[in-house]
Amino acid sequence: MERRQSDSHRERPRPIRVLVAKPGLDGHDRGAKVMVRAMRDAGFEVVYTGLFQTPEMIANAALHEDVDVVGLSILSGAHMSLFPRIVDELREVGLEAVLVVAGGTIPDDDRSAVLKMGIAEVFGPGASLSSVVDYIRSNVGSRPDLA
Amino acid sequence: MAHDPTSPSVFSLAERVLAGDRRAVARALTLVETDDELATSIVDHLYPHTGSAIILGLTGPPGAGKSTLVGALVERFRRSWRTVAVLAVDPSSPVSGGAALGDRIRIGERVGDRGLFVRSVAARGHRGGLAPGIARMAHVLDAAGFDLIVLETLGVGQGDIGIVDRSHFVIVVQVPGLGDGIQAMKAGLLEIADLVVVNKGDLAGAARVVDELRSSFAMGSEPAPAVLKISATTGDGVDDLVVAIDDHMAAIIENGSMETRRRRLATTEVLDYLQLEFQRDLASAGQRLTDDPSVIDKVRSRDLTPLRAARQVAGR
Repeated sequence: MERRQSDSHRERPRPIRVLVAKPGLDGHDRGAKVMVRAMRDAGFEVVYTGLFQTPEMIANAALHEDVDVVGLSILSGAHMSLFPRIVDELREVGLEAVLVVAGGTIPDDDRSAVLKMGIAEVFGPGASLSSVVDYIRSNVGSRPDLA
Repeated sequence: MAHDPTSPSVFSLAERVLAGDRRAVARALTLVETDDELATSIVDHLYPHTGSAIILGLTGPPGAGKSTLVGALVERFRRSWRTVAVLAVDPSSPVSGGAALGDRIRIGERVGDRGLFVRSVAARGHRGGLAPGIARMAHVLDAAGFDLIVLETLGVGQGDIGIVDRSHFVIVVQVPGLGDGIQAMKAGLLEIADLVVVNKGDLAGAARVVDELRSSFAMGSEPAPAVLKISATTGDGVDDLVVAIDDHMAAIIENGSMETRRRRLATTEVLDYLQLEFQRDLASAGQRLTDDPSVIDKVRSRDLTPLRAARQVAGR
């Protein structure tokens, strides 16, 4: 069988590390798990937090795991109140350079407001798995090693 | 890009690690995990400040409840140890190189506890239940002042005993339903345990597994490890386990075994790097063989045996 070699192995000294988080009171993580699996298959190292994470828990996990990307999956409708707090907490622990993307049920009307909060991109229910993977590959920052 | 080991940035990262800066610890873990050149310079700075942490290895088959047990243990360890760090290893995909790291879910997030640091580690193709940079990652945590480092392997089988040469104390987690008393007699993983835990003790058959393990150990001449029945999710037996760990730890420090173990870990780590050095030598010998077809020509014409040819290429 031909081995698929991910781009991350060719271009980066290490795999892209992603934290997939489920903020707030939202018990549905089918979508988050599908994303974890898709990114695993794309060659990323994906840490999944599990359900019911507070902004502080997400920032704590992102800090310990030294991730390049935080992916927020939310179906509860609380994105307008939770996302700014998550972005603040990430900044608080020194992770302002981390790429934050969001997915789930975020209405189109909220999209521009969410992007202004510091979320880099929003993926709606129709987004393909490969569009998320490709977006991350193209936009993940090349952080200085020793910063 | 080559890194100058004396560069101010390596020095400043190392200084921040020594000061316990968690962002610097996380960064240094990434670098020593991935980058051999940088790892060498970072460890140069940090190694003189290591040697006081105790590494507790936790291993067992997939789904035995290792991460859940780590979660239950760290909560209790945080009462007796100043600081605790966890390195939780999960498998990497042999196909994509990616990994789904799920240990954090079970271990649990403890916000505001600066004395606890939990890092998920992908095995990146390493065999034996651990990851290639794991010893260096432990050095970073040790230098950052973590007293106890819990090293959780990925789910392992009977022969994956790499943990014993990379930790000072080994707990093997078993569960009911994996086999009968004959399994308990088999060599391998169970032989290296300081303590054996039968998790999911509320399930049918747990007591029998405990009996079978104990009677198997009783047949041997070696001092038998204690076998404890627990349930990591309900917490049943976990307090007793912590007492058993403390007692056993005190005993191995008292009887000098800890010193032997520290020496064994150092030896293993040097051997691991020697293996890498020899792999490089092997690759360059292979290159010399390709570059100079006359050697194989002589083997083909029966002027040289394959063994003599190998020695010639190796320069012996």
